[in-house]
Amino acid sequence: MFRIVEKAALNPTVSKIVIDAPLIASKAKPGQFVILRSLNDSERIPLTISDCDLKFGTITLIYQIVGASTMELNALSVGDCLCDLVGPLGAPTELDGVRKAAVIGGGVGCAIAYPIAKKLHENGCEVHSVVGFRNRELVILEEEFRGVSNRLELMTDDGSYGTKGLVTHALQALIDEGHTYDAVYVIGPLVMMKFVCEVTRPYGIKTIVSMNPIMIDGTGMCGGCRLTVGGETKFACVDGPDFDGHLVDFDEAIKRSSAYREFEARRREASCNLLKKEVE
Amino acid sequence: MAFERNMSNQKCPMPTQDPQVRCTNFEEVALGYTYETAIEEARRCLNCKNKPCVSACPVQIDIPAFIERVANEDLETAYAIIRRSSALPAVCGRVCPQENQCEGKCVRGLKGESVAIGRLERFVADWYRENCAKEPTQPKKLGKKVAVIGAGPSGLTAAGDLALMGYDVTVFEALHLAGGVLVYGIPEFRLPKSIVAQEIENLKALGVVIDTNMVIGKILTIDELFERGYLAVYISSGAGLPRFMNIPGEGLKGVYSANEYLTRINLMKAYREDSKTPIIRGKCVAVVGGGNVAMDAARCARRLGAETVYVVYRRSMEELPARKEEVEHAIEEGIVFKTLTNPVEVLSDENGSVRGLRCVEMELGEPDESGRRRPMEKPDSEFVLDVDTMIVSVGTSPNPLIRKTTPGLDTDRKGCIVTRDETGSTSREGVFAGGDAVTGAATVILAMGAGKQAAKAIDEYIRSKA
Repeated sequence: MFRIVEKAALNPTVSKIVIDAPLIASKAKPGQFVILRSLNDSERIPLTISDCDLKFGTITLIYQIVGASTMELNALSVGDCLCDLVGPLGAPTELDGVRKAAVIGGGVGCAIAYPIAKKLHENGCEVHSVVGFRNRELVILEEEFRGVSNRLELMTDDGSYGTKGLVTHALQALIDEGHTYDAVYVIGPLVMMKFVCEVTRPYGIKTIVSMNPIMIDGTGMCGGCRLTVGGETKFACVDGPDFDGHLVDFDEAIKRSSAYREFEARRREASCNLLKKEVE
Repeated sequence: MAFERNMSNQKCPMPTQDPQVRCTNFEEVALGYTYETAIEEARRCLNCKNKPCVSACPVQIDIPAFIERVANEDLETAYAIIRRSSALPAVCGRVCPQENQCEGKCVRGLKGESVAIGRLERFVADWYRENCAKEPTQPKKLGKKVAVIGAGPSGLTAAGDLALMGYDVTVFEALHLAGGVLVYGIPEFRLPKSIVAQEIENLKALGVVIDTNMVIGKILTIDELFERGYLAVYISSGAGLPRFMNIPGEGLKGVYSANEYLTRINLMKAYREDSKTPIIRGKCVAVVGGGNVAMDAARCARRLGAETVYVVYRRSMEELPARKEEVEHAIEEGIVFKTLTNPVEVLSDENGSVRGLRCVEMELGEPDESGRRRPMEKPDSEFVLDVDTMIVSVGTSPNPLIRKTTPGLDTDRKGCIVTRDETGSTSREGVFAGGDAVTGAATVILAMGAGKQAAKAIDEYIRSKA
């Protein structure tokens, strides 16, 4: 069950795996996520589905190796099985009736933005994609985005590739050129999503963000993934993960995302040491 | 009767771990009767004709009959009698609120203490597990499929009964492990997980298939289950999402729902040093609420090293809905009950973590619609409780996943599934429901009772269709 059939490093810190999961593949829609456990003592981690292949019954996950749990996942090879995989979870991204959209991805968030751009393109929507990375080495999915976008703005923080600058600069430039959008979809670091929402707010452009808070069960039981949206408590796992970005309390979400930073740093170090020992 | 009745007015005491020791570990608190004590206690039962205890049991165990077998040292038959009515005897003996059920009606309780029915049930189940575990006789298969949604106490009970009747039962469980609240909610020190695992193995040995990682309403809808050849569906998906108080500061670091706190500790084993799931080990913890879940959270916090743990409850000790034994154990472990107190704001430090809980004092007024006296705020009574962690345990609201994806399934204003009668039948033909998904958060045994009724009704429904 849940065998890894393909694995590739997209850049030094981002990997892609393709997993045999025919039932999930047949059901998943853009914006939905899975929860997995690599080993039988692993944490449950949520990852958004990047792509599905109905013919082969597979789903694709793209993840950044940031902590002990993603290191564990990345230590698995083609042919290995995940211990647990559950999904699709969350509500699909609302794409109906959108004729012209901007899709904004930051870093590994591009892995989630891509299926949205792809689906919009299939629906006949005019898609302007803006993707941002720290530098040239970290660029992912450039060709994929190019294939589904009427226009692609590729930004790097240091200018080593594409245009130097932030995704907010590129989006502002597009708006200044006179483009109007039915919706802007934003997936990336919390701070980036917050500032993209500030760019679109004065124009009243509907802005959908994909939230990825700390989550345990992911099925509507624990309440760990709660966010304040429009002054109300919402749960990313069943009410989201997509929300109206102009209503999300990003400052609270940013603080909550750091709740276990020290624990995670310790665990990451412990996992590194363990892996080193195995290599020796 | 080959023995002399024990006319003591007191229950034989239950040995427990010393409070000072147990609040540093997650081992079971109540240690169980010895063989001799169990026989002695069983001989207190008068085996009375009216059996008021049986009518007060949600699954109607023939209590005097099993106790009479214990008194005669025939434990195997005692187990068989309990097992006829209860799918999970080792669990119920530990977690039922017996004082409001069987023991509350016991004739011996009129003058002195009731017979310790719960302790005897636990003893019989534990004895059987340790001494008799044998292959169950395989029921004759009918070749008919039934789906159960949720592997908690209600679903497991329904699955066990249906399997005994010969149905091919598949239980769809959302989490990676079966057991529902028995594994994610109730802590190890109250219900060892090895016991739950054994009860589930027993069900599997009967032919019940447990399909984990399956969120019905997402991966498959109820209509798709029917398309896959299931003749009936039992929805026992549990209570759902935690409610919060909607006061300022509930988004701070260090504020947990009881569900999250307990899931981290119980399901993900965050109490172990080697666990990969983190938990904040607060030094001073406030648990808001007065039910069993609140007691579990408070006692877990203590075991994780909290020096002070408050249970903050807006009514008085008399109205605490928790099981009596849990409250007693919590007090022994040094939990401080701040009753007639209600939080109004969670205070933040400069890093966005909890630094205190602003509360008001309450007083009780006239009885409200629940029959309990309504708590009202005392004017000018604000004070700050100095805490670094807050655990909110004020109930749940139903999970929307099944409701939203099952056309024609009636739910009430709150979102609970509406059943027509005690059989658990719903507005959809062939769809039955029970447990917390119907009642809102209640007890393990009530959920089991609903599972039992539904199994019977499902059998009748499928027969009527044949």
